[in-house]
Amino acid sequence: MPVRRSVAGIDGPDTLAVALRDAQYLAGEGLATAAYLALALGKPLLLEGAPGVGKTEAAKAISAILGRQLVRLQCFEGIDAAAALYEWNYPRQMLAIRQAGDAYVNIYADDFLVARPMLEALRHASDTVLLIDEIDRADHEFEAFLLEFLSDFSISIPESGTVRAQEPPVVVLTSNRTRELHEALRRRCVYHFIGYPDGAREADIVMMRASTVARDTADKVVRAVTALRAEPLAKAPGVAETVEWAEAATLLHGMGEPWPAAFKRAIGVALKDQDDLTFVAPRLDAILDDAAA
Amino acid sequence: MPLPELPRGAAPLVSFAPLLRANGFPVAPDQTENFVAAVGLLGPRSMADIHAAARATLAPTPERFDDFDALFDAHFRGRTLAAPAPGDDETQMVEPEDGAQTLIEPEEANESGAEATGVEALTVREFQRMDDPAALLRFRRAAPAHLPTRRSRRHRPHHTGARPDLRRALRAAVRRDGEILDLPRLAPRHAHRRILLLIDVSGSMKSETDRAMRFAHALTQAAQRVEVFTLGTRLTRITQPMRRRSRTAALAAAAGVVADWDGGTRLGEALAAFLSVPRYAGFARSAFVIVLSDGLERGDPSALIGATDRLSRLAWRILWLSPLAADPNYAPQTEAMTAIAPMLRRIGDGSSTAAVAQEVLGFASLP
Repeated sequence: MPVRRSVAGIDGPDTLAVALRDAQYLAGEGLATAAYLALALGKPLLLEGAPGVGKTEAAKAISAILGRQLVRLQCFEGIDAAAALYEWNYPRQMLAIRQAGDAYVNIYADDFLVARPMLEALRHASDTVLLIDEIDRADHEFEAFLLEFLSDFSISIPESGTVRAQEPPVVVLTSNRTRELHEALRRRCVYHFIGYPDGAREADIVMMRASTVARDTADKVVRAVTALRAEPLAKAPGVAETVEWAEAATLLHGMGEPWPAAFKRAIGVALKDQDDLTFVAPRLDAILDDAAA
Repeated sequence: MPLPELPRGAAPLVSFAPLLRANGFPVAPDQTENFVAAVGLLGPRSMADIHAAARATLAPTPERFDDFDALFDAHFRGRTLAAPAPGDDETQMVEPEDGAQTLIEPEEANESGAEATGVEALTVREFQRMDDPAALLRFRRAAPAHLPTRRSRRHRPHHTGARPDLRRALRAAVRRDGEILDLPRLAPRHAHRRILLLIDVSGSMKSETDRAMRFAHALTQAAQRVEVFTLGTRLTRITQPMRRRSRTAALAAAAGVVADWDGGTRLGEALAAFLSVPRYAGFARSAFVIVLSDGLERGDPSALIGATDRLSRLAWRILWLSPLAADPNYAPQTEAMTAIAPMLRRIGDGSSTAAVAQEVLGFASLP
């Protein structure tokens, strides 16, 4: 197992946290540690958490600080090797056979290969970050197939041979936990569960992400969102919603709307479910007044 | 070749793994290896580093973070365990003494979605053996062909399919020096629809729960993706126990997990609790939802109506099987059932195992 203490100048969780902050991502200590360990141990990083806590953003920030291109594979039910790995360009192969006539033509040359995200990431392991997004949407067959990929970092193409990564690529997997992932997959990864950030850090995130929002507004929004998350909602607002709500309310306030009303009018960017809206409606004023106090 | 000697500092790290395994955490040897390497990478400067490394490499599930941390504290910080950590369902077989016994169980021991204050006194009971194994056997044989399906995004070769199968066409062409004689075709595959089974275990369903549980086991074994929950005074996920092949073991494990047998009826609240956990609500999304309940709700029915309304919008279709609907001329009587009837695809007969099996198998071919 190749352990590298320092990867691209990052020699510890603290340096990584600072670098992530420079890339506009505020990572908690746990996430910085897990991400550093994944890089140093050459293992995939598995991030789980509710929608909107910044799992995909974390992968983007990691690729930014490493100066690598992000190759993203969005999973869906029924995803298969042709969508994830490679596919032959059959029409071109067919044409090549017809055109060649009696001459010899290698229709399994690389020219005819359409690389999908996972093959792409293997071929350029040293300058890409592979993001396998929402792995919980894929089915069990694909998960089993991922196991093989994540332990050897190689793909065998029956017609032309095996593609092997020169070095273990940086891989980030995310899951919304709509279903339990297989133990074998968790075992191969460095794992981190991203929860909602605490109030102060969430306000910092709002300040960092939203240019026009005042600190005071950010604090109010975070208090309101924290109160909303305590309600049994179908879809609790994520961090992205907090940022949008702060921005939306600031925009309305700039047009002359007074404060609690500006929050209330912009509620549609924070709660996006009619049932949730009707559920909190009787208490919304109280929640917003408490937050604004 | 002699094995390299383990550094002395690593011994407590390595010995943490057996402790975790003894408490039902699956830890593989290479995870221990990663743990030791991770601690080395982090310094470690403090106990917090060791803790962070443990969480990241040994990967406990979020539900068991508290258990994990308690074991960590006991092992590395020498603190005593506040409460015995509950094992996984393998070890959680409660031996029943003559029918029922009282058991005090910590809240984490089952995946309860409802909030409860303090520790409740709850009962564990054994499933009584009952008749009708033949109906279940018939159900399991017929299920693969008759359960509702959905179009998958995968394709299979089919002689009248709509899409050309270029891969096979090329293979055939290569064998014939580039001549294409016919164009093979692909049609979409069909896969079983996800099934969500919600079982009412409240007092009014007392005589039905044993049968319902055995049906749940048969269904879990026969279909591809099934989630099973019990609804009573609270909500319990029993999918894991039901996945065991042996029915006796599965039912015993489920009996140990479900803690609110024959309690009061808070069906609406339990259903609302189910929907308020996004992960659980996700199970219902475009699923075939089967509810085994008489729908008798004491008090205000609005919670049940609201929750069913939301469930009906998430689900593909809802089949409500009530033991009261055995009569073909059954019409909903209570306020709650009358209100939710339009949201259900069908209210069917849930009075016997054979009836339940027939309703579920016949659902896909309903007009």
